[in-house]
Amino acid sequence: MKYDIVVIGGGPAGLAAAIEAKKNGVDNILVIERDRELGGILQQCIHNGFGLHVFKEELTGPEYAEKFITELKNMGIEYKLDTMVLEIGENKVISAINTVDGFMSIKAGAVILAMGCRERTRGAINIPGTRPAGVFTAGTAQRFVNMEGYMVGKRVVILGSGDIGLIMARRMTLEGAKVLAVAELMPFSGGLTRNIVQCLEDYDIPLFLSHTLVEIKGKDRVEGVVIAKVDENRKPIKGTEKHYDCDTLLLSVGLIPENELSKNAGIKLDSITSGPIVNESMETSIEGVFACGNVVHVHDLVDFVTAESKRAGKNAARYIKKEIKSEGKTAKTKPGDGIRYIVPHMVRPENVEDTLDLFMRVDNVYKDMEMVVKVDGKEIKRMKKKHLAPGEMESVKIKKEDLVFGEDAIITVHLEKEGA
Amino acid sequence: MYDVAVIGAGIIGTFITRELSKFDLKTIMIDKETDIANGTTKANSAIVHAGYDAKPNTLKGKLNAKGNAMYGDICEELDVHFKRIGSFVIATNEEEMESVKALYERGCKNNIPDMKILSQEEVREMEPNLNEDIIGALYAPTAGIVSPWELAVALAENAADNGAKIQLETEVISIDKNEDGYVIHTNNGEIKAKYIFNCAGVYADKINEMVGSKTFTIHPRRGQYNILDKSVGEIVNHVIFQAPTKLGKGVLVAPTVHGNLLIGPDAEDIDDKENTATTSERIEFIREKSRKTTNKVPFNTTITSFAGLRAVPSTGDFIIEESKEAKGFINVAGIESPGLSAAPAIAEYAVDILKGIIGELKEKEGFNPRRRPVIRFMELSDEEKAEIIKKDPRYGRIICRCENITEGEIVDAIHRNAGGRTVDGIKRRVRPGMGRCQGGFCGPRVMEILARELKMDIKDVVKDSKASYILTEETKQNNQKVVEENIEADKVS
Repeated sequence: MKYDIVVIGGGPAGLAAAIEAKKNGVDNILVIERDRELGGILQQCIHNGFGLHVFKEELTGPEYAEKFITELKNMGIEYKLDTMVLEIGENKVISAINTVDGFMSIKAGAVILAMGCRERTRGAINIPGTRPAGVFTAGTAQRFVNMEGYMVGKRVVILGSGDIGLIMARRMTLEGAKVLAVAELMPFSGGLTRNIVQCLEDYDIPLFLSHTLVEIKGKDRVEGVVIAKVDENRKPIKGTEKHYDCDTLLLSVGLIPENELSKNAGIKLDSITSGPIVNESMETSIEGVFACGNVVHVHDLVDFVTAESKRAGKNAARYIKKEIKSEGKTAKTKPGDGIRYIVPHMVRPENVEDTLDLFMRVDNVYKDMEMVVKVDGKEIKRMKKKHLAPGEMESVKIKKEDLVFGEDAIITVHLEKEGA
Repeated sequence: MYDVAVIGAGIIGTFITRELSKFDLKTIMIDKETDIANGTTKANSAIVHAGYDAKPNTLKGKLNAKGNAMYGDICEELDVHFKRIGSFVIATNEEEMESVKALYERGCKNNIPDMKILSQEEVREMEPNLNEDIIGALYAPTAGIVSPWELAVALAENAADNGAKIQLETEVISIDKNEDGYVIHTNNGEIKAKYIFNCAGVYADKINEMVGSKTFTIHPRRGQYNILDKSVGEIVNHVIFQAPTKLGKGVLVAPTVHGNLLIGPDAEDIDDKENTATTSERIEFIREKSRKTTNKVPFNTTITSFAGLRAVPSTGDFIIEESKEAKGFINVAGIESPGLSAAPAIAEYAVDILKGIIGELKEKEGFNPRRRPVIRFMELSDEEKAEIIKKDPRYGRIICRCENITEGEIVDAIHRNAGGRTVDGIKRRVRPGMGRCQGGFCGPRVMEILARELKMDIKDVVKDSKASYILTEETKQNNQKVVEENIEADKVS
């Protein structure tokens, strides 16, 4: 089998990338999805709030996905469901399997990685105690409740205040469960402010910041959990333990880009984002292999995933049409004070059309700051920010004419106290 | 009436049952758990020790090296992962070097083959990631790693293939002696047997007391472990022990047969024979201890922590003998380390005791030592993968994304003799849920397959024990659908 572009992953990132590639003149495209349907995790996100940026209306996850699925189908883009990519080999030859085609060797002109992310688990954060049933990641619980139609418990404690955890606090409540508490290790929530308000405060569910889980009890099924306050080193403080009788623990303790395929293919990853290092075209360290969406860095809004993926799709098409220039100067981006990471990691101005978007997350909660962008040491932009939080992704637009620099230049973004 | 009842389906019970299935005997193996290998066997270091450590005049000393030598053939027959990767005992100072030399001497007495004391340079060459201050090591090439629960399941399956009966969820309440032998009273009815093997692990003392007086006690000693992601499984190539010192035995760092990295255990005497909880202090302790071996372990790639219990006997050695108070009741108790390594030899030794009681046993005609090979999809070549999917398309559907486990493998694991019936049972047999997402993606799918194949309601699928339910009820919307369907059905009828 041979395709100009193979997109790995049929979630919001893969769909947007494939559609955009087609719009930019490449016809021979294949989307490979490992699940039973297109749409990815959006299919289990039945709450609304999707699409405010892209469609200027509030959609549910499946509605948002449906728009792209319909467009993809109308455009006649090929896709394979229930199909697993086992390996991205040399020369962009992809090994994949499914029950219909069997073992496939697919030669791709360009590859777009859009595998999304997975949830951090109990083991990864070393929660001590017994190992009973009743410990779920929030996303797994969401799949059970929203897609399979089953409840996973009646009295629930949630660890971590990531968006899926917050949304599941509301969802479980609506389904008749009692959500006793949400405990968050950090002094601030990892979720969007609107979710704190709409999913916890509206239902009187207490959020305990600077708290963690110190024990799981129960041999067969969870019988209770103990949470405690943590000190500034995030170590539990003795004497602050609170016991909850519950049958269920949901974990919403972070998402990790799923880059096993990328790693095995030899693609360079960023240790902070756990995603591929990409340039302005969303191209990875392997020429012709692009990446977009949560596989690159975890987004909080699907609208941003869509925008980023369109860029990857468009550039993959330009790559196929040999329109991407690899000569010319390259600058690296570098997070300064207060910034955890910046995507993309490298910028070749030759390939930037009118503007360049930089995406980033801050490392703490800040108030009344200025975000300063410098290109090759020269300040080109300064924006006032009333409120910044790690749970909300920030972006900066840079005009192409500002991308003027010498050899080995660096583009930095940092925070300064307002008026400092 | 059975000839033999084996109480306990851990590695010892399954090895003995399989050994018994070679003879013309009516054998039953019972266990209180929902699955084979659900006690001590499912949580230990998974090491097949070379045998230099045990004192020569003990059962441990006699049976360890012998058992080790048997591992290759048995694992080949049963198609179980086993790798003879060799072990190091490292020394960081002269005092530890002395204890390494003492182990070498003891190993010579135990006739351990091919041992060698390695120089600092040799250690570095063979294990470049170990700390630089290691001055030497004892190298024992015959040490190996195995998957203990896979082996126990394979033994049980092979025993069942050869006619032995396996009955799970059967807890012994009391045992009566009579002229014919024994009546075992369980929560699951009476079982009559002429002879009994007591392989009840940490509960072996309680079972022994059902037929006589308290002649020994078994104390649970808890050990905690970390399992790390496959991406760091190659930090070491051998099983790395630390030299025993006055302060204790240290912890080991070892690859697992599936390519993960294992760190642990500590040793903590506890009272509760069910207490396999982990604690943050102890996990921190084993991590700290492991840094003496190598400081290159990235603990942020930990995928899970677990604790296991050792069955520590009051006698200081394995207890493998006929009870003096109950004829035909054979204790195989106190099988702490190196129990897994010695297990094949323990089984022969224990069955020899039965032979001594009965006289010669008649060998079973048509005993088949091999079990049907297991298809491990990811271990196949591309051509073989293509071939197997053509034959059975279920091998073309990946259920577990992390470990790349196919539906075909899961269905096979359910329908084998001694097949898995719980989510954890399937996880132990074919590994969905053993990977970095720990079942986040595949959990619902595995439950679906279990429910379909075993023709049960998905709400009745459990994680592990009978009471470890996963789903509580249908959601309101789903319930509503059922109500509407019922109304429709009523209308039609």
